[in-house]
Parts: sequence; structure tokens; C-alpha cells
Amino acid sequence: MACEQWRNGLDAYVDGELDPAQAGALGRHLRECAACANDVLERVQMKRSVHAAGKRYAANAELRNRIQKTISAKPRREAGWLWKILAVPALSLLILSVAVGFYARHEADRRQRVYSELADLHVAALASSAQVDVVSTDRHTVKPWFQGKIPFTFNLPELQGSPFTLLGGRVTYLAQTPGAHLIYQVRKHEVSVFIFQDRGEETASLPSGPVHAQSFTVQNWTQNGLRYFVIGDAGAEDIEALRNLLQRAQ
Amino acid sequence: MEVPDRPLPAATFEELAMPLFDQLYNFARWLTHDSAEAEDLVQETFTKALRGFSSFQAGTNFRAWMYRILRNSFLSSRTGLKTTVPLDGENDDIVLPAETSTPESMLLEQADRDTVQQALAELPVPFREILLLCEVEEMSYQEISETLVIPIGTVMSRLSRARKRLRDLLRKSSNGGRHGM
Repeated sequence: MACEQWRNGLDAYVDGELDPAQAGALGRHLRECAACANDVLERVQMKRSVHAAGKRYAANAELRNRIQKTISAKPRREAGWLWKILAVPALSLLILSVAVGFYARHEADRRQRVYSELADLHVAALASSAQVDVVSTDRHTVKPWFQGKIPFTFNLPELQGSPFTLLGGRVTYLAQTPGAHLIYQVRKHEVSVFIFQDRGEETASLPSGPVHAQSFTVQNWTQNGLRYFVIGDAGAEDIEALRNLLQRAQ
Repeated sequence: MEVPDRPLPAATFEELAMPLFDQLYNFARWLTHDSAEAEDLVQETFTKALRGFSSFQAGTNFRAWMYRILRNSFLSSRTGLKTTVPLDGENDDIVLPAETSTPESMLLEQADRDTVQQALAELPVPFREILLLCEVEEMSYQEISETLVIPIGTVMSRLSRARKRLRDLLRKSSNGGRHGM
């Protein structure tokens, strides 16, 4: 039967999905075949019925408004001025906190660098075969030795009755500034004392008090325009005791 | 719907999506048979679509994309899981429609809106949705294929079976009507 070849194409025909050549050929067939023409008519009618019947429900305006608000990209007016009012202080605060953070970090870095350098000097001196340039337990020998070698003078404490022994001294440098490096011994530990003029950028901002740098205990303070550091692996109380002796001697 | 080639800023989502609001709601209501559920479904669809808009590939069919989101949301909803029935023999050869006759044509011509609506509502979801997309939304087979994520051959066979089922239902209700008279 000639109609058989067209049957499967009738849906696509009424849906407008046949290519023009096929649609043309089927159209010619429909003019000759009443049964197929009737079938197509029925399908077209059904399409129309479903089209009409299917448009059944309308949403309420409330839902539309709600969704419109949800997806609207425009910021609301109220939010606009509020944002402007809040933005300036918020931005200032942000910049300030970033700046403070940066400064604090910079400071911490600088402090760490100073302590690291002092620790290096301390360790390098201990590792050296000639730990000190002036070998003497006598403060009256060590102190004059520095004359003419560093641009300042200082007093050394009387160690009688203390656990400390003076091993000697050497000239050292911190950030291109000359200073005195003294080595003391306490209970088999060697402790370094560094004395610099307190005007170098590197040391001026260091806070006084004990800190721990690379497992060494460090004490530092400023006295009579000089910056003192005590660093060593001795106990914190020994470091503190040496600090007190030095402070009292000045 | 024409969609520009370049990635769209969020502002244009509204311009693209809001014109689809009414028809999406109608479709949601047909799927759920419940106004509150339909509202939730449409709301969910717009929210999901806005969120996923950056992943929408410009140049592809926005309408099909929106319907796909709505339909997937429905299928994963409680009602959707309950109502969805698997279709047997999906990829079988296209089923031939029943022999037609003049009385049936007359019947369909006379079938009023209510009868067709009732028959549509009785159809299983896969048949109902494909008829709505084809007849009400007037989507092309290609768009339907993108929306339902099925090949075009399956679109054609499912559509043919959906129409046959609808015709059967209308004939039945018409016969019932006659018996009742």
C-alpha cells in the first residue's frame, strides 16, 4: 500500500519537521489519498486542541514579583546610599589594617634579622679558634683594650661572688656599626654580650626585655645611649643575672 | 530565542528569563498538579538558573536550558519521584497510529477544552511533558531533544506514542460519555 511509506512521516509533517523535499512529496500524496489527508487533518486538529487546552494556568503577580526581585541585578536605592556611607570608613579601615599589618610584619622581620645576626655573631665567635682578641678575665685589661677601637666606652661589672667568668673580648660589627663583643662563661655555657651605640636604625626600635631567638635567650636594653644585648644558651635566670650585673656597673 | 555569542553579564539573565516566566509556571503546574508546588518549582528553577548562569553556554538554547532545569528539579522533587514511570520500549520503531476514521476525527474536532485537559492530566508525565513542549511551547524536535536530553529519534517515537495514548483516552471518555447519555 502506497500510504505505508508515509505513515511514519505524518507526525513530522504536521510538526513542520520534514525537509522541504519530503514535505512537498507528502503534500502531493495527500492530494491523492483521502485516508492520509484525513489522518493529517485529525493530527492538526489534535495539535490545536492540545495547544489550546495546554495553556491552562496563569501564575499570580505575587510570584512574579518575588522572582523578579530575586534575580534582579540592579541594587536597590536604599542599599545604594547605605553602601556609600559605609564604604568610606570601611575602606579606610581596610587600608589602615593592611598598613598596620604590613608595618608590624616589617618590624617583626627587622627584629628577627637583628637577633639572627647577633646569634650568628655569637656562634661564629664560639666556633672560632680565636674566640676573643683580648684574652683576659680581668675587666681592667679588657675595657682599655677597646679604647680607640670603638667610638664609645663602657664599664664592666665586678664578677667576684658571681658564677660568671670573663673570657675576653673582640670588636664586632652590626649593620656596619662597630661594637664590643664580650664573652662570659657561666656553668660551662658561654654567653655573649654585645654593646653598640643606640643610634643605628637596626637596633633603635628593638623592644627591651627577654626574647627567644633560635633557641637562644636574648636580653636587650638601652642604657646611657648604648644598646646592650646578652645572648646565650644558658638558663634565662643566668642571662638575667648577667644583665643585672652589667646594668649596675654603668 | 536569540542568545548573543559572548558571555552575558548577570543583568541580562533577567532579560532572558523573565519572558519565560508564564510558560514555565504553566508547565510546572501541569507537572505538579498543585499550585503551591508549582510556585516552589518555578522559584527553584529561577534561583538555580541564576546561580548556574555563568555555566550556561552562550549560543546554546536558553529556553531549553531553563525547561531542563525546571524538569530536573521536578524529577528530583517528592512528587516527581512518585509520578515518574519508566517508559518501556522507548527506542522501538515508531508505533503506527491506530487506523483512523471519520467519526474519530469528528470526535476530536468536537472534543472540548475540558475533556482534552482532563485527558492530558491523566497521561503519564513523560507523555504529558513531551506533548506540552511540542504543542503548547511549540518547540522543535531539536529543542525537545535538548530539554529532555534524549536523541531526536526518541523524541519522535515518544511523541507518537503520547499522541496515540491521548487519542485513546479521548476516545474512551467520548465512549463513556455516550454510554452515560
